Amino acid sequence: MSHNPILQINDLQVSYYTDAGRAIALNKVSLALEAGTKLGLVGESGSGKSTMALAMLRMIKPPGRIEGGQVLVGGTDLMALSEEDMLRARLSKIAYIPQGAMNSLNPVMRIGAQMIDAIKAHLPGESRAAMRERALQALASVDLKRAVFRLYPHELSGGMKQRVCIAIGILLRPQVIIADEPTSALDVVTQRQVMETIDRVQDQIGAAVILIGHDMGLMAQFVDKVAVMYAGRLAELSSVRAMFSNPGHPYAQALIASLPSLENKGVFQGIPGLAPSLLRIPSGCAFHPRCPHAMEKCMRVRPDLEQLADGRMVACHLYAQQEVVHDAAA
Amino acid sequence: MTPLLELQTVTKVYTRGVISKSSNVALQNVSLTLNEDEPTILTVAGESGSGKTTLAMLLLGFIEPTEGRILYKGQDIRRLRGAARLTFRREVQAVFQDPFAVFNPFYTVDHLLSVPIERFKLARSKAEARAKMDEALTAVGLRPEDILGRFPHQLSGGQRQRINVARALVLRPRLLIADEPVSMVDASLRATILETLRNLQRNYGVSIIYITHDLTTAYHIANSIIVLYRGTVMEAGDVDRVIKQPQHPYTRLLIDSIPWPDLSRRWGEHEIPAKEYAEVVSGTGCKFSPRCPHAMDKCNTPPPLFRIDAHQAASCFLYEQRPALAPERLSELLPV
Repeated sequence: MSHNPILQINDLQVSYYTDAGRAIALNKVSLALEAGTKLGLVGESGSGKSTMALAMLRMIKPPGRIEGGQVLVGGTDLMALSEEDMLRARLSKIAYIPQGAMNSLNPVMRIGAQMIDAIKAHLPGESRAAMRERALQALASVDLKRAVFRLYPHELSGGMKQRVCIAIGILLRPQVIIADEPTSALDVVTQRQVMETIDRVQDQIGAAVILIGHDMGLMAQFVDKVAVMYAGRLAELSSVRAMFSNPGHPYAQALIASLPSLENKGVFQGIPGLAPSLLRIPSGCAFHPRCPHAMEKCMRVRPDLEQLADGRMVACHLYAQQEVVHDAAA
Repeated sequence: MTPLLELQTVTKVYTRGVISKSSNVALQNVSLTLNEDEPTILTVAGESGSGKTTLAMLLLGFIEPTEGRILYKGQDIRRLRGAARLTFRREVQAVFQDPFAVFNPFYTVDHLLSVPIERFKLARSKAEARAKMDEALTAVGLRPEDILGRFPHQLSGGQRQRINVARALVLRPRLLIADEPVSMVDASLRATILETLRNLQRNYGVSIIYITHDLTTAYHIANSIIVLYRGTVMEAGDVDRVIKQPQHPYTRLLIDSIPWPDLSRRWGEHEIPAKEYAEVVSGTGCKFSPRCPHAMDKCNTPPPLFRIDAHQAASCFLYEQRPALAPERLSELLPV
């Protein structure tokens, strides 16, 4: 990759210390993202995708703990910042668009006041008029009328509230935007409007976007790259084209195969077995109890994320072996 | 032969306020018939506020229609008393959206299954009750020994939702109302639950009303579909036809906005008119007209259903040259 990544995550590790033991929710995850790209982060519930978002924002609460790793945004390691600097980095460097927009806005404050609050915390020197102008611009860029500035959250529909959250997220032109299932509570038409809004504002400010979710359809429509998480680790990281046409990791294959389409009416193909408990992650490759290609090696050795010849990153012994065979032949 | 379930021009209006009453028509003039000997899966689709949950509540007898009647095996469900009411309660079951909220965290999941068995006196002994529970759990693809005796928090969302289906199954229902049963479940588990529902219809002859906003799953599971918008039927018919060749502008917008997991089928072939909902349409005309790209003057009057095909009709003046269909005959469109 020749471009400088705007976001670089190195060996990020998060554990939750519960009564039943230590659950490793994020196990040395690394990835890089360039400005202007959109990454989709998918996985079953409990695979660590929301933990990843919260860890990047340093918002993991006890009993959870960030145990190591770096999150570099434009060269600054967020993990090394003081609490105070981290407060400032949130929203200005890295913004978060939450899942339930209806629950994240203050019901007794006007939209405008909430936006100005956020600006004030970060740019105390800015004049009132400039703040107002900034807020109105943000509203305009998510296609909301100026009148919304003076409204209360309950006067808006779900989709409009979610767009207000996006507007707040881009107030300070962050370099990275994390959207955690931003449309899971919305119907398809509103969902499409919200996603197109995120797309447009991202173009305007050139940020990198991480979209967390489990709707592969949404990923196909929206992102450039897809990262599949399984039991706290990345199973595969590929371009959206490679992921949908030729997924590498058996889990990604099962995920793609389980998708509905218009051709195979009435064919239901679930993924057999259950997601493992993070307290008891299987030895070796965490997916081996459910994997149709499991080999003896998979029970012992945990595969690392390796780059294949076509640029895909896959953590699976199937490919390591291929590589070895190639080497021997050559 | 009396049909299993019959909705006769049902309208539900919610009113609020004591002095200055404001009212909201949640469901307008819906008629529907399901036959007992032809178990089917009917999808009721629509976005939030379309009246689909109101329909579920009406069918379950939780709320009463403002106008019209709902008949179960020929009897008005409002008038059911005593044994007849108990039979209705047993034979019409529901699976709700949230697989987390329906469990009492203090009891093991056995409780959810054993209470209905006791209440409806379905078993004469403990062993018989246990056998019934085992059978129902097996039918939804769960291993009873993995499930019984465990607490809800020890099970995954998909397992819990399947237990809900099993609970309904214990009662040998004739009709199952599934209100967004998979919207809170991981994509990988959706397939399993939908398959469970379909097998219920095939193997146990249970009719299912599948309420959803997700047209992809609707397409895969259902035989027929009714698309609602703000309480009125926009389009209805064979699920294959309606989803592959939608005719009503609203259905087209819905289908066009589905995020297909398919790189060759992108969003945005039709622009969405980014109109915000014009708040509460006061007129009697087409409810969709404020957002409709084809809106005409005529749309101020309510469009009847125009029959486009034997198994498809749309409530839109674009098709006014087609024969109109009386709302009471909606069921004729729906194949089983």
